[in-house]
Amino acid sequence: MKQLLDLAAVFGYLSLLTVGGGMAAFPELKSLTVDTYHWVTFPELMHYYSLGQLAPGPNMMMVASIGAQVAGLPGAAVVLVAFILPTGLLTFGIGRLWNRLADWPWRPAVQRGLGSVSVGLVLAGGIVLARGALTNTLTVALAIGVFALLMLTKINPAIPIVASGLIGIALYLI
Amino acid sequence: MNAHAATPKGPKLPVAPPPTLWRLFLAFLTMGATSLGGGVIAYLRTGLVSHYRWLDDETFVELMAISQSLPGLNATNMSILSGDRLRGWPGAFFAALGMCLPGAALMTAAAFAVGIGGDDPISKAFLHAIAAGAVGLITVVLVQLGAKVLGEIADYAFVVLTAVLVAFLHVPVLVALLGVGALAIWWHRPRKGTAPKPVDPHFKDHP
Repeated sequence: MKQLLDLAAVFGYLSLLTVGGGMAAFPELKSLTVDTYHWVTFPELMHYYSLGQLAPGPNMMMVASIGAQVAGLPGAAVVLVAFILPTGLLTFGIGRLWNRLADWPWRPAVQRGLGSVSVGLVLAGGIVLARGALTNTLTVALAIGVFALLMLTKINPAIPIVASGLIGIALYLI
Repeated sequence: MNAHAATPKGPKLPVAPPPTLWRLFLAFLTMGATSLGGGVIAYLRTGLVSHYRWLDDETFVELMAISQSLPGLNATNMSILSGDRLRGWPGAFFAALGMCLPGAALMTAAAFAVGIGGDDPISKAFLHAIAAGAVGLITVVLVQLGAKVLGEIADYAFVVLTAVLVAFLHVPVLVALLGVGALAIWWHRPRKGTAPKPVDPHFKDHP
């Protein structure tokens, strides 16, 4: 029970940090689930995160994996509700207020100000992920390859990511 | 840079009547199950605006701007907002449920699968290489987000400041968000006589 409450508190808090995208919460996700609570190891977290990139739907549904690993199906359910419900209610409320906010002179300032901070948070998340994932020449080359391919073509991102995984297996086997 | 270059200006499609709750749920479940690879917003626009014609482009862009300024996952926020427009609060609930259910079920199943095969060196090699690929994807998202959101040198400074505080100095994210956020909002505060620069909310690539 204590564990479910901890899961709910941690993921409820993390959901508030996802301004601009789920990656913004990654540094805090790592420090809480790996360093503070020891629910997963850093490689496990990275592996779930990467699998989450392949799954359909919102990109942070991987939080369900952490909940499931800690406390089975109830864990997954608690984490999902804690991660989605509070911000969902907030969005719902603000969505209904929006028309009244339309002429608020501070609105563009808030939008632009939070915009740069959220890009900064995504960058921080990327740095934390890269520190764990880019450990040798092969992984650096894969990251650059995926980046180049996605910048230059309209290919579905799942394809180069799966391809990276297959290259990883192929090089392990030879 | 023309901030509105990305907004399609073609002939306006007629908007269809709002769907039943069940049709709405099925549509979001389908989009939630097929939006592989992280580009959910693109799938949502294709579905809601082009295919079902439940929303026009202007409404979609408006909802997108709200989604991005608030905490929460973009795809989930978009589902809640468009579900609410179409069918009130039950619509918002079932849209978000349909969007999240397939991915959440898969990732829950993945936890059990990895728990069983997690020490297998081949799956480790696979997952580690995927993580490297994901770093490439995040960089692309960063470039696209940056191009849309950042306007002047000061914006880049706020980005770097936030990232350094969080990734290198280990300042808690909430502190960085509130601190740099307040600074950045103050920087862009409304001034008399200057029209605020519009932010391009049209966002159709990887969220």
